[in-house]
Amino acid sequence: MSPGHFVALAVILFVIGAVGVLVRRNAMVVFMCVELMLNAVNLAFVAFARMHGALDGQVIAFFVMVVAAAEVVVGLAILMSIFRTRQSASVDDPNLLKY
Amino acid sequence: MTRGEVLAAASGAASAAESTAFWVLAVLAVAAALGMILARRAVHCAVLLAVVMLSLAVLYALQGAPFLAFVQVIVYTGAVLMLFLFVLMIVGVSSADSLVETIKGQRMAAGLAGIGLLVLLSLVVGHAALASGGAASASYGPSNMNGLATLIFTRYVFPFEATSALLITAALGAMVLAHRERTSPKPTQRSMSKLRMAGSHPAPLPGPGTYARHNAVDMPSLLPDGSNAGNSVSPVIAARRAGLAQGGTGPAEGEGQSTTTGREDARS
Repeated sequence: MSPGHFVALAVILFVIGAVGVLVRRNAMVVFMCVELMLNAVNLAFVAFARMHGALDGQVIAFFVMVVAAAEVVVGLAILMSIFRTRQSASVDDPNLLKY
Repeated sequence: MTRGEVLAAASGAASAAESTAFWVLAVLAVAAALGMILARRAVHCAVLLAVVMLSLAVLYALQGAPFLAFVQVIVYTGAVLMLFLFVLMIVGVSSADSLVETIKGQRMAAGLAGIGLLVLLSLVVGHAALASGGAASASYGPSNMNGLATLIFTRYVFPFEATSALLITAALGAMVLAHRERTSPKPTQRSMSKLRMAGSHPAPLPGPGTYARHNAVDMPSLLPDGSNAGNSVSPVIAARRAGLAQGGTGPAEGEGQSTTTGREDARS
């Protein structure tokens, strides 16, 4: 398998995640789509690391995983506090910063 | 058959196995990802995301990254998705997206943007020189772990320490955000019993299903005159039944009828 195949798969998954972020309105699902995009980028990193025969890409993918874990923790905590006050998980409802 | 021919045959078999695994996993991952953005319920989305992540883990292992494959399974599928499911349990498992568009033409615009992004990225990848199979260094294979550890603790030691600070900050932030200040004093046993005596019903409420046809939790118990005791069913279950009946689903209607027949049976 050439790295091109893996990068093409990563591109497809990234685009699916981006469309999901644009289309879905449940904040949880939006978060999951962001996770999908991060995973797609990780796949591309691993493919490039193999292409170059160096491990740097794998280290970057590892760091991406750590940052994604931190992001999920804080994001879900924000989501929970919004749900607690608004009783809703839709991204349409919180509009206090809008006006 | 010379040694070179044997090696070539072995590598050919290995690459055939790799390509088979790649195509199976790629189709699986793309299908699960598409299902994730199409599924209405958030729980189904989480399960489909788990499928995507597990197939990506196998793809990592296929590309000579066993450490990342295991981290993917442990951190993503194990920790992150479980966190997602926990929060889903709190927010409500049955919370489904409404299909009504709040912004007119948003889906069409999002689809067009997605196609545009796909074309753009495909052009970029198509123009990039992706050489097939670079020189496999000694860091691939059994010593992958050692190579990664050497890199993390030498060249990337400062980013690694920064991620530890980031993780601590994230944990603190989650604790602060999820913490709820108590605005009223905590009720004691004394205050709760005073509250009960002040109310109109000091005795325990009737249990569901008493003198009714079934003793299910959603079956109201019957009063001496044969009418339903409304407060015998938990308000949560009553609200759920009302929601089901509003949705126009069949089972709720059937249950309602069985309730009335049960009451008539108990009466006669």
